[in-house]
Amino acid sequence: MSKNSVTEDPVEQADLEAVAIRFCGDSGDGMQLTGGQFTSTSALMGNDFATFADFPAEIRAPKGTIYGVSGFQVQFASTDIYTPGDRANAMVAMNPAGFRANIADVEPGGIVIVNEDEFTKANLKKCGYEEGYNPLEDERIDSKFRMFRVAMSRLTRESLAESGMGAKDIDRCRNMFALGIVYWLFDRPLETTIRYLQEYYGKQKAKPEIASVNVRALKAGYYFGENAEVFPVRYRIAPAKLKPGLYRRISGHEAIVLGLVTGVQKAQKQLMYASYPITPASDVIHGLARLKHFGVKTMQAEDEIAAVCAAIGAAFAGDIGATGTSGPGLALKSEGIGLAVMLELPLIVINVQRAGPSTGLPTKTEQADLLQAMFGRPSECPCIIVAPRSPADCFEMAVEAVRLAVRYMCPVIYLADGYIANGAEPWRIPDLDAIPPITIEHPTSATKDFLPYARDPETLARRWSIPGVAGLEHRIGSLEKEEGTGNVSYDPENHEKMVRMRAAKVQKAADVIAPLEVRGPSSGEMLLLGWGGTYGSITTAGDRLRSAGHDVATAHLRHLNPFPRNLEEVLRSYRMVAIPELNLGQLLKLVRAQFLIDAVGINQVQGRAFRVDELVTRVESLIKR
Amino acid sequence: MSAPTTPLPTYKAKDFASDQDVRWCPGCGDYAVLATVRKTLPKLNHRKEDYVFVSGIGCAARFPYYVDTYGLHSIHGRALSVATGVKLANPALEVCVVCGDGDLLSIGGNHTIHTLRRNVDITILLLNNKIYGLTKGQYSPTSEFGKVTKSTPMGSLDFPLNPLAIAIGAGCTFVARTIDIDSPHLGAVYQRGMEHTGTAFIEVYQNCNIFNHQAWFYASQKETRADSTILVEHGKPLIFGKDRDKGIRRRGGRFEVVQLGNGVSEDDLVVHDETDRGHAFTLSQMCHPEFPEPLGVLHADPERPTYDRLVHDQMAQAIEQKGRGSLHDLLHDAETWEVS
Repeated sequence: MSKNSVTEDPVEQADLEAVAIRFCGDSGDGMQLTGGQFTSTSALMGNDFATFADFPAEIRAPKGTIYGVSGFQVQFASTDIYTPGDRANAMVAMNPAGFRANIADVEPGGIVIVNEDEFTKANLKKCGYEEGYNPLEDERIDSKFRMFRVAMSRLTRESLAESGMGAKDIDRCRNMFALGIVYWLFDRPLETTIRYLQEYYGKQKAKPEIASVNVRALKAGYYFGENAEVFPVRYRIAPAKLKPGLYRRISGHEAIVLGLVTGVQKAQKQLMYASYPITPASDVIHGLARLKHFGVKTMQAEDEIAAVCAAIGAAFAGDIGATGTSGPGLALKSEGIGLAVMLELPLIVINVQRAGPSTGLPTKTEQADLLQAMFGRPSECPCIIVAPRSPADCFEMAVEAVRLAVRYMCPVIYLADGYIANGAEPWRIPDLDAIPPITIEHPTSATKDFLPYARDPETLARRWSIPGVAGLEHRIGSLEKEEGTGNVSYDPENHEKMVRMRAAKVQKAADVIAPLEVRGPSSGEMLLLGWGGTYGSITTAGDRLRSAGHDVATAHLRHLNPFPRNLEEVLRSYRMVAIPELNLGQLLKLVRAQFLIDAVGINQVQGRAFRVDELVTRVESLIKR
Repeated sequence: MSAPTTPLPTYKAKDFASDQDVRWCPGCGDYAVLATVRKTLPKLNHRKEDYVFVSGIGCAARFPYYVDTYGLHSIHGRALSVATGVKLANPALEVCVVCGDGDLLSIGGNHTIHTLRRNVDITILLLNNKIYGLTKGQYSPTSEFGKVTKSTPMGSLDFPLNPLAIAIGAGCTFVARTIDIDSPHLGAVYQRGMEHTGTAFIEVYQNCNIFNHQAWFYASQKETRADSTILVEHGKPLIFGKDRDKGIRRRGGRFEVVQLGNGVSEDDLVVHDETDRGHAFTLSQMCHPEFPEPLGVLHADPERPTYDRLVHDQMAQAIEQKGRGSLHDLLHDAETWEVS
């Protein structure tokens, strides 16, 4: 956090370019809501922002423990930013467990605001501090951070004493008190949050008294900041110079939902989305289930297999069939995806990747399902694979998934991840007319010489013939097909022809996917090649390396199968290619195998995104090598 | 779909024969089922192009290839899920699922329970031969305890499940049983099943003359049939036997077999009531050799709404409440800000 100017107010005013702030506390402390509100307010002030939600898999882990800690980080800035920030410049900790779990992520010299009332002997013990130790009394901590101890519990209770509410309801307002302090500190207005509280508690939940105490706590926190003379400096972050247009905040999950609906409407079709509850992908069905008036059907299936098979059945009968899941669920869907490959029906499979293997770390991010998406099915069974690169990009890639699935009559696997699906950023709302229509022509009774497996020479796709059309009755199935008729065929030559045909068809999609773009020099020393949710970290690292004088470019793949046609040419334009991935080198294997290019991997599997500074260090060490 | 005004063409059984050679073993019970289905379809009030036959894997699952309608031969155990998707996309289609006992009750058991409880408007033909045929003769979930097969040389150790009891337990709204060799009965039950609104579950005793020949002989052979099966008809007393001189009487909560005469008359017998689920469940427990096994419609409840209709009703309701969704409004449905 660097100061640019100082004003002469009694309280100092400092202008900053970017601040990352983390809210943390118990999972019952409302930290996701608090962070979300801070983000909304910052968005309306015109800042660029990126968020990261970090919450436990347990719904209500024992109160006060480390594994019950929930955190939300938002970086907001007056410049373009691509990540929620490596380290927090400021942190609000509602309890000692939140403090303990997150303090290592606060930059030295950063602001730390704690609810000191919660730092009791019992609570300190619950989160595993040694008997007799209190970090608030630790001089090393005091000298490393700018510590602000606020009696949030007591002050909230005092400010709401006359509300007539019970102690439990009053204590639940502590997060709003904390938010009020932070709003004052970063010079943000309260209106957005007040409006939200009145709408949510007052109208939706029909509990205006709850709305009222929360608003009072929020204001009390704000006035505390203003009057208590605890904070010597107040910070201001000017609006960012984003591309002109109308913006809203969007999370990756929301963008997937809107993208699917947009794609389906552009195709003049109905969506049938079937899925089985799984973290974190369930938010997709939550979003779609509310959009029935858009011709969206949602089905909560009895298992992952039923979900993918129902989507396939729907596709056979003329809907856009889609399913969604996370890591282990994709494995369960494998045979179904293979069926769709064989039937040559459009299918969209959303995979919000999470850390594995097996159940792994369900709420943490990873991008280690690429090879599963590529090869995780019996036999030669290619699918198109796309990967959105940021929360907002989830929209465009969902439209793209619908477009490619129907054009090439095959499954499209969509590799999002927990980091971008739960993260949020500003989204310039697109002009719907600028999104081209998705053309589908089903054969009709008038279609001459219809054959179920005759192909369009341009796309190699078969035609999408749906039941209900007289004269075109035909059978499709999981047994090998005879080219043209689609009849069951055990002929060896035909089998090889069909295997090669299905592979060639998927590769044909490269005709219509955008070429890979490069950021930075178009040739030179090093290219950082990434894919999917690491875009923010890699792009920021690349920018930083270039401003430090390094000859480094970045490029980010959103299409993993097929690759963009110009990928090899781009890769051969640099002396060295490094591939940062949140896995042990999956894209790396594909690139090395396909192009015989001696690329090197930068790999991390910690259930979290790359830190930009770590990435910069690792790239620098490669350059020196 | 064709315009509703065009009159329904008159179909014959051969209109439903596809151009594919039927490749079941000679003497397989599936032939009889296929012939009866082809004969029955022209009696139904639907256009040929509106039928979809869906199957999983197994001998029975080849069925769709032999019927000249739309068809989808899917993967092992998943036919019901595929069929559910078909009905959600287009409820106007008439969907029939054909599968075997391994497909439907073992690998696909989960989907069976959930499809039945949802009451998806489809008809399920379970061709039960109590054996895995296509994989060459392993015991199936309906095989009797102690079944000696290649995978169980000392006899199988799991007890068979009862498909009808499961169907009734899962809340299926049409539960019936019939047998491959009795084409008129099979045809009548199949027709009722296809005409039923909701999931129709029809168990067909089907002979696999290669791996489990004679498994159903007690129910299919002239000599034993009348004494080991009982044809149930709604509103009629439960009478059976070659001379129709035996019946089923309720004693306490249970059924018992009684000889008519000697003071026992038809009035003492249980009258079949297919609307009574509990009664249907008790019927489903009647097993050879203690009891004659019921054939016919055990249970029918045409009242419960179907899943596919409810899904579409909710969509209609959402449109009624909110109006047809506007994509523009949806994209703007958040706090927005202008950057100039």
